[in-house]
Amino acid sequence: MKITEKEVRYVAELANLSLSEAEVHRFQADLDEILGHVERLNEIDTTDVEPMAQVLYATGDMGRLRTDCERPPLGTDVALANAPQSGAGYFKVPKVIER
Amino acid sequence: MDIQSLTIDQVREGLLARRFSAVELTQEALRFAEAQNPATNAYLRFSPERALSAAARVDEKIARGDDPGALAGVPVAVKDVILTKGLRTTCGSKLLAEYVPPYDATAIARLEEAGGVVLGKTNCDEFAMGSSNENSAFGPVRNPLAPDRVPGGSSGGSAAVVAQGTAVVALGSDTGGSIRQPASFCGVVGVTPTYGRVSRYGLTAFASSLDHIGPLARTVRDAALLLQTIAGCDPLDATSAEAHVPDYTQSMGGSVQGLKLGLPREYLKDLTSETGDLIAAGAATLRKLGCEVREISLPATDYAIACYYIIATAEASSNLARYDGVRYTFRSEASGTLSDMYRHTRGEGFGAECKRRIMLGTYVLSAGYYDAYYLKAQQVRALIARDFARAFSEVDAIVAPVSPFPAFKLGEKIDDPLAMYLSDIYTITGSLAGIPCMSVPCGQTAEGLPVGMQILAKHFDEPTMFRLADAFERARAN
Repeated sequence: MKITEKEVRYVAELANLSLSEAEVHRFQADLDEILGHVERLNEIDTTDVEPMAQVLYATGDMGRLRTDCERPPLGTDVALANAPQSGAGYFKVPKVIER
Repeated sequence: MDIQSLTIDQVREGLLARRFSAVELTQEALRFAEAQNPATNAYLRFSPERALSAAARVDEKIARGDDPGALAGVPVAVKDVILTKGLRTTCGSKLLAEYVPPYDATAIARLEEAGGVVLGKTNCDEFAMGSSNENSAFGPVRNPLAPDRVPGGSSGGSAAVVAQGTAVVALGSDTGGSIRQPASFCGVVGVTPTYGRVSRYGLTAFASSLDHIGPLARTVRDAALLLQTIAGCDPLDATSAEAHVPDYTQSMGGSVQGLKLGLPREYLKDLTSETGDLIAAGAATLRKLGCEVREISLPATDYAIACYYIIATAEASSNLARYDGVRYTFRSEASGTLSDMYRHTRGEGFGAECKRRIMLGTYVLSAGYYDAYYLKAQQVRALIARDFARAFSEVDAIVAPVSPFPAFKLGEKIDDPLAMYLSDIYTITGSLAGIPCMSVPCGQTAEGLPVGMQILAKHFDEPTMFRLADAFERARAN
């Protein structure tokens, strides 16, 4: 077995995902099968192979940072328009610190 | 005018000859699309106000004698992962069911600047994760050519509307095959341009080192014309390439005599017999056109699925962390602490496939596993890119199948995620290397299901890819 239900619960914590018991069972089986397939990467020799993190470098086009100049921002009202809860120009969230 | 088979050139000719106005065309296109949509569920919503005002601007320009733009009056459908200012953009997710973007994606701004008319937003797998369009929170899309079958995914809605004739062209997005595979399943042309060729500003991020925006169309020429409009450097996307954008239509219409093509043997062994026969017939057609087709080897292909599903899910787990119930519309009703709010919002908001990928991505990035999975996958990715570089020192382009099989039945693979992932094998390699690739119709099975042929070319060599696709399309038409 590549992954246990205990590990599935731990990973769900890391990912901030609440999972039902049924989902824990299901994902244990799914991830176990997928990780079993992924095992084959160990067959291929990658000694001295530089990891490829970005395609642009391979194309010889390095990309460039844009000039750092002022642009009009979206503005608070627009930025907050999709928030489930907002007020006084801020996003509102449940209390973080209990007294 | 036959609205279902219109091309960009026909729209332009009709408008300039005053046979119809852009407003009339838009009204007719909307009427037709709304009537046809229940059969496929390909459009999630229409944007009549936006479309009609864009069309009115085109008509004004024509009346003034100004150039109305390269896409003047052309009805365009847009995958619902690409942001449209003021027009709801859901990414096929319950989490974003009410999300109204505050800005336009660069690709949208460019196509509207060129006179394109956005008719509406198309259905897709949630956050573009899937190969069948069955992972949409708003119901699956049916393949317009075979209603009991999937249109492919994740840009299933965009492929379906082009096939159905309810848009002239569409925008999709491709991370591991999400434009080419549905194009193949629906019998249309789908293009994944070189990584960096089209700005991703305003494309909802899935896996940033792999995400592309690209066109779907009924003809190679229309796909090239739409790409021409949206391609090019954008200061708002630091990964957009500065390379010059050539005139793609210049490369089309000529001979392909003497072009050297590679047929990778690793892509031919797991095909259904009908798909194999159609690809062989396609290769024979290319030989008749004077191309030299030889077998080549891309030995790292067997590791591509494993490599992709580590890199893509790792990046997705980071990109999707932002959907936490604070900024993007949906928040769980369950009360509790801030941390409970995050967990329940995400647990209730994401569908099964997104959760599965977030879990896998989080796992492979977690302490102790990073080197064994993520770093190893990035090294294998370099080997896959090296395979292509070696091949392109011998051949001008590669031809291959898009998918091992034609469109499968709704429900057929949804309970077997690994089988679904394995079906992406031939499209994932080009995505990992970041090279331009496309699907062009290659024929139909006895049952009438379309099969696409894939053409892959060097970085930024879209001209050779289009030249070959155009010649192939013309040869098949004769």
